[in-house]
Amino acid sequence: MNSASVGAVTSDTAPTNNGAAAPAPAVSVKGLTKRYGEIEAVRAIDFDVARSEVFGFLGPNGAGKSTTISMLCTLVRPTGGGALVAGHDIVAERDAVRRNIGLVFQDTTLDGYLTAEQNLRLHAELYGVPRETVAPRIQQVMEMVRLWERRKSLVGTFSGGMKRRLEIARGLLHSPRVLFLDEPTVGLDPQTRSSIWSYIAELKQREDITIFLTTHYMDEAEYCDRIAIMDQGRIIVLDTPEALKASVGKDRVQISTPDNRAAIVALRERFDVEATIAEGAVTFGVPDGEQFVPRLFAELDIPIKSVAVSRPSLDDVFMSYTGTTIRDAEATSTDHMRNVARMMAR
Amino acid sequence: MAATETPSGAPTATPAGHPSAPPGHPVAQVRVPARSLAGELRAIRVVWRRELIRFSRDRLRIATSLVQPFLFLFVLGTGLSSLVSASTHGVNFKTFIYPGVLCMAVMFTAMFSAASIVWDREFGFLREMMVAPVRRSSIVLGKCFGGATVAAFQGVIVLAIAGLVDVPYSLGLMAELFALMVLLAFAITAFGMMAAARITQMQSFMALMQMAIMPMFFISGALFSVASLPRWLAILNRLDPLTYAVDPMRRAIFAHLAIPAAARHALAPGVTWFGWHVPSLLEAAVIALLGLAMLAVAIAEFSRAE
Repeated sequence: MNSASVGAVTSDTAPTNNGAAAPAPAVSVKGLTKRYGEIEAVRAIDFDVARSEVFGFLGPNGAGKSTTISMLCTLVRPTGGGALVAGHDIVAERDAVRRNIGLVFQDTTLDGYLTAEQNLRLHAELYGVPRETVAPRIQQVMEMVRLWERRKSLVGTFSGGMKRRLEIARGLLHSPRVLFLDEPTVGLDPQTRSSIWSYIAELKQREDITIFLTTHYMDEAEYCDRIAIMDQGRIIVLDTPEALKASVGKDRVQISTPDNRAAIVALRERFDVEATIAEGAVTFGVPDGEQFVPRLFAELDIPIKSVAVSRPSLDDVFMSYTGTTIRDAEATSTDHMRNVARMMAR
Repeated sequence: MAATETPSGAPTATPAGHPSAPPGHPVAQVRVPARSLAGELRAIRVVWRRELIRFSRDRLRIATSLVQPFLFLFVLGTGLSSLVSASTHGVNFKTFIYPGVLCMAVMFTAMFSAASIVWDREFGFLREMMVAPVRRSSIVLGKCFGGATVAAFQGVIVLAIAGLVDVPYSLGLMAELFALMVLLAFAITAFGMMAAARITQMQSFMALMQMAIMPMFFISGALFSVASLPRWLAILNRLDPLTYAVDPMRRAIFAHLAIPAAARHALAPGVTWFGWHVPSLLEAAVIALLGLAMLAVAIAEFSRAE
């Protein structure tokens, strides 16, 4: 959809930035660590986010994404390392960071007893938005998320999608330099999800803003300029979606058989292919999936019930770097990690 | 689908009256000012006003929090009148318990206001305030003032019916009662905030409040005279902060009644510390100091870095 802006950007060249020579990164993270007792939720991560970039943090629940965002937003104090957000230190200059960031949390932080407009007005005053700009700015952000007509309605009467849109509008109200979106589309229906993404795309065109988001929807990560894949508190790989998919270099083939274990052994012995069981099917990668399938039927002496070939997706990227699909990673992530994630969400 | 514009809301449509937006650029770019005292005061005002808006939306709450005081005043007050008439020296029993009921109305409203911060935490709104570039103390202060204002408003409703229970509408008396009420409302909200800093669940918070309020109310002498209590109850009574709100109120009211000195002596004897009569002003100071101390604890708790 917005592939033009993604283009052939690679990990070491920042997206073009109107003339300014070597602009300071919007977010710069060095050795950031957070420990909760025994658990290392975030383990010494390093990365930079360029100005005006849409940067995605991808990973299963409990991977440490929310903790990282909470630290960058000054809500959680890091155990080690540090970071600059909009040029300010997240520990020493908390206030300066807060003035320059907008936040949309995973769960709603609106006041349902107030109207949409009152919610925004309250935010504007908390942030000290100059009086004369409050009204036009509120109108502008509410029109952007198509909620201007509903400004007098109580937020308690809004649907989940409307609330999320209003929160995005609120996050933008004080013209932050970096907008953090923690799982902006979680729990929304597909139609609302795609409209949220169209707002983000529109936003990118209109304002000079860097967007930092987390998601565990692989298909949504495609909208990002660059993605960092996070698992178990570490950044495993960081690049553009195109480069990541190209790095897999293989199509994904999934077959279902009556005896999956025998199929894996047969694949290894006959085709020299390492397969695993993912989502209940034997899964493996081969360079030319379509041409491989006829050979498979001819030479594998185990009956095949069904077969699916797909071009590399970010799912495969995740799989090739972590050895598991993101859905399986979530299913097996221990309750403990989930509790940590929940603690973070507070 | 990405960049479809609504016909009216093209990005260049500068809202009227906004000067410095060059065409083709996003309008109304905002610069958030650095932290300042004015900013903190504004934050206090914002949080305060939100409490008022929320309260005004919640008509049911305004009504329900008046039920209990009115039950005590008119049902219990009327019912017990005949029973206690022998010992009230001709003074209306409802007049006697009126200051206690006034305190009760204020306490319940203040508690509910403080409870809203637990609510805010549960529903995330607290976080919106916590990440704003303002001091946590401003948020706590705003909440506290908001709760106190709302509770005082509730008290005024009870104050308005003073005539029904033979309390004269003298300006001086009303002013004194109102001032004490505001003080109590502030202290109770501070107490609630202090508790809410630690308690994250609504059920536990409400249970704790019930546990705190009812004993405070009964021990304070809201329903009886503190003159000749058994020793254990006298000690508890002097330790109960609410005593120092009920007592000056009652003495103020009795000072405005045309009754014999013996009646005044028996019904509103005043609180004593080891035989020394505590003056009203000192009693008010006790409430104020307690309120400030609890407020300080609440601020410290909320300011702790996560």
